[in-house]
Amino acid sequence: MIGGGNAALCAAISARREGASVLVLEASSAFWRGGNTRHTRNMRCAHDEATEILTGPYTEDEFFEDLLRVTKGKTDEVLARHMIHESKAMLTWIAEQGVRWQPSLGGTLSLGRTNSFFLGGGRAMLNALYATAERLGVEIRYEAEVTDLVIEDGMFISATMKDGEMVTAGALVAAAGGFESNITWLKQYWGEAADNFLIRGTGNNKGTILKLLLDKGVQEVGDPTQCHAVAIDARAPKYDGGIITRLDCVVFGIVVNKNAERFYDEGEDIWPKRYAIWGRLVAAQPDQIAYIIFDASSLKLFMPSLYPPIAAGTIPELACELGLDPDALRKTVNDFNAAVQPGTFDDKILDDCRTEGLSPPKTHWARRIEVAPFYAYPVRPGITFTYLGTRVNKEARMLMADGRPAANIFAAGEIMAGNVLGEGYAAGIGMTIGAVFGRIAGREAARNARN
Amino acid sequence: MLATETKIAGTTLHHATAALAEADRLMTVCNSCRYCEGLCAVFPAMEMRRSFADGDLNYLANLCHSCGACFYDCQFSPPHAFAVNVPKVLAQVRNESYARYAWPRALAPAFARNGVTIATVAALSVAVFLFGFMLSNDPGTLFSKQTGEGAFYRLMPHNAMALVFSAALLYTLVAMGMGLRAFWRDIGETRETLRVPDYNAQASRDALSLRYLDGGGAGCMNVDEKPTKDRRRLYHHLTFYGFMLCFASTSTATLYHYLLGREAPYPIWDLPVVLGTLGGIGLVIGPLGLLRAKADRDPILCEESGRGMEQAFILMLLALGVTGLALLVFRATPAMGTLLAIHLGAVFGFFLTMPYGKFVHGLYRYAALVRSAKERESLHEPSPSAARALAKTSPKAAS
Repeated sequence: MIGGGNAALCAAISARREGASVLVLEASSAFWRGGNTRHTRNMRCAHDEATEILTGPYTEDEFFEDLLRVTKGKTDEVLARHMIHESKAMLTWIAEQGVRWQPSLGGTLSLGRTNSFFLGGGRAMLNALYATAERLGVEIRYEAEVTDLVIEDGMFISATMKDGEMVTAGALVAAAGGFESNITWLKQYWGEAADNFLIRGTGNNKGTILKLLLDKGVQEVGDPTQCHAVAIDARAPKYDGGIITRLDCVVFGIVVNKNAERFYDEGEDIWPKRYAIWGRLVAAQPDQIAYIIFDASSLKLFMPSLYPPIAAGTIPELACELGLDPDALRKTVNDFNAAVQPGTFDDKILDDCRTEGLSPPKTHWARRIEVAPFYAYPVRPGITFTYLGTRVNKEARMLMADGRPAANIFAAGEIMAGNVLGEGYAAGIGMTIGAVFGRIAGREAARNARN
Repeated sequence: MLATETKIAGTTLHHATAALAEADRLMTVCNSCRYCEGLCAVFPAMEMRRSFADGDLNYLANLCHSCGACFYDCQFSPPHAFAVNVPKVLAQVRNESYARYAWPRALAPAFARNGVTIATVAALSVAVFLFGFMLSNDPGTLFSKQTGEGAFYRLMPHNAMALVFSAALLYTLVAMGMGLRAFWRDIGETRETLRVPDYNAQASRDALSLRYLDGGGAGCMNVDEKPTKDRRRLYHHLTFYGFMLCFASTSTATLYHYLLGREAPYPIWDLPVVLGTLGGIGLVIGPLGLLRAKADRDPILCEESGRGMEQAFILMLLALGVTGLALLVFRATPAMGTLLAIHLGAVFGFFLTMPYGKFVHGLYRYAALVRSAKERESLHEPSPSAARALAKTSPKAAS
């Protein structure tokens, strides 16, 4: 197994349980193990009825419809349906590997219907998987970076380690993530704009293994510009700021670019359905920066985040704090305020607070920005993970460029997420892809190695 | 123009100590994450707040059982630059809070070098009893075999014993009551809350079962991220219930004495001896286990300034158990007099230092659990907007 996150560990455990001897090569040190899994929180699995941790049924069909909607149909239906079907068993399988689901905290308040939450979050989940893998006899090596692969005619022969050591195996599972932390690679598609991207997760996903595989004849899948990207606090560190730099206040205010101009309908739909489009929207703005502007009436309506908002007594003062043109920002806010129609504000539904005659409009939750102090959060595109990957079949076996299945090479997780996610995202689906295809890849790799 | 390096500011400008300021910073991080909300009572209590003044932080710190799970579950714990170490920082805040609530205030410095303080008081107390026994008894009585009913009271009259210990206990109760009052005021609670039977019942269940020393069900973590290596909950139970059995033993003996007119020492099958023996065993194994767990604790979790206090408290408990059992075993030998003096000295020293040592953790934690029970009650009734939100996709799923 190359990689050390959810997908790699599910593959390792599954292969070990099939009787294979398993070596996990994790490029990072023990603390940073698991790449982006450390930052995850939940997994989306289909289920036919409510359970102790899920408030209601979420059928395979509904899951698939959700996937079709977010990807705008850009998904491999056979793989997607297979994954969704297999996700049902994941609720119990993952718990059997020692991972704990978070029970209800008070009534059913803290529970979702579609997603199950890991008790203690992704790192707790990862710790449980590692403990189980170790107990089963999986060998785990840290700081074990693979720098080259020998693949002959679709057959994995050996991996070369950074120190020159050659590792051979009967089968390979590549679960080493995407290439989002490789800014140079991102620049191939995004140009200099990529310099202004923040990477929400691990700094270790340089895409080395993905590149090696593609260079050695594995078929590519996915649009290289597609990724999970949200607008996060621009003050976040370049890498690994994680969940706490996200901002949930777009719907409560307006978002302007560096010219103090609005550029998209902030109230298009409820936030959970729209938060993942804002990374790309901000990426398309000059200098890849934007500012969420709101007033005192909204300050406590959203989840707190890491950095305090920038505050000022008037809109022009706020503009100065942000380095924006004060007159331009005042005009934008005034135009917006003038366009706001009377309505009954309710942030839990698509309410009737909207603008009239404004372009772009704000179609819900539009309230005048008029109560001092005024606040702003600067935001930049925060890349969660990339979708360019290796094409696989239902066995999680990679397909070579000519369409033939690879002899003994499998993939799971981010490195093959593009098979299912052509674009868009639904919360928790990254972990579903990792766990389901990890389990399949491990099982198939073990059977393959045995034969 | 854009500040790319903004410090994580915390929510409140002024804090009494650096530890409180750091705790505010951590709660700002944690409140933006909330992954740990299923681990214990601290994080749900945190989620009910958006800003953290000293009183809030002292409440959260005393609610924390130091189980350690949130440290190993945290993606931002060191070496991550956000350096989130909730168990350690809350331990620091908690330890500081003990001194802050001490009554009388003049004795607050007792917490500063608590190990030395406790050891000195304990040694003095034992010495006073030893010398007292020597002065008030002729050597023949003190160092000879004393058996049969009233054997102990030939060395120290029962009424004198009862008087001295009642006085010490009374002082301790008053001092701790004042401490509790200071804590309760500091966190901003009302007297009424402490009187609600439901909250007390819930807090008692949580405290007696050490519900929150369990990492939310996965077990707590002391040595590393593997919960299986931690037995602190077991050892704490042995210590606590051992202590309570010893207390029950003494209480039963007092009742025997005054109601039935039966004087100690009692036969080994009798209730005070059975309770005391079982309790004593708990008070030996429990503290030894806790000492071991402290030694094994991952250094990164350890709050060094509280070390002396914790060791002193555990050693005092161990001393109670060991001297009590020794007295039982050797009560029919000439060593009885000396052992009785040592045991009574240890108990007396323990009583006197209760308000000025780790013992108060139980008091404040219980009170914090009462408040937590009150706050959690509101979780069970979804507000109208929450009920509506429930019908839709959980927004939390958007991570």
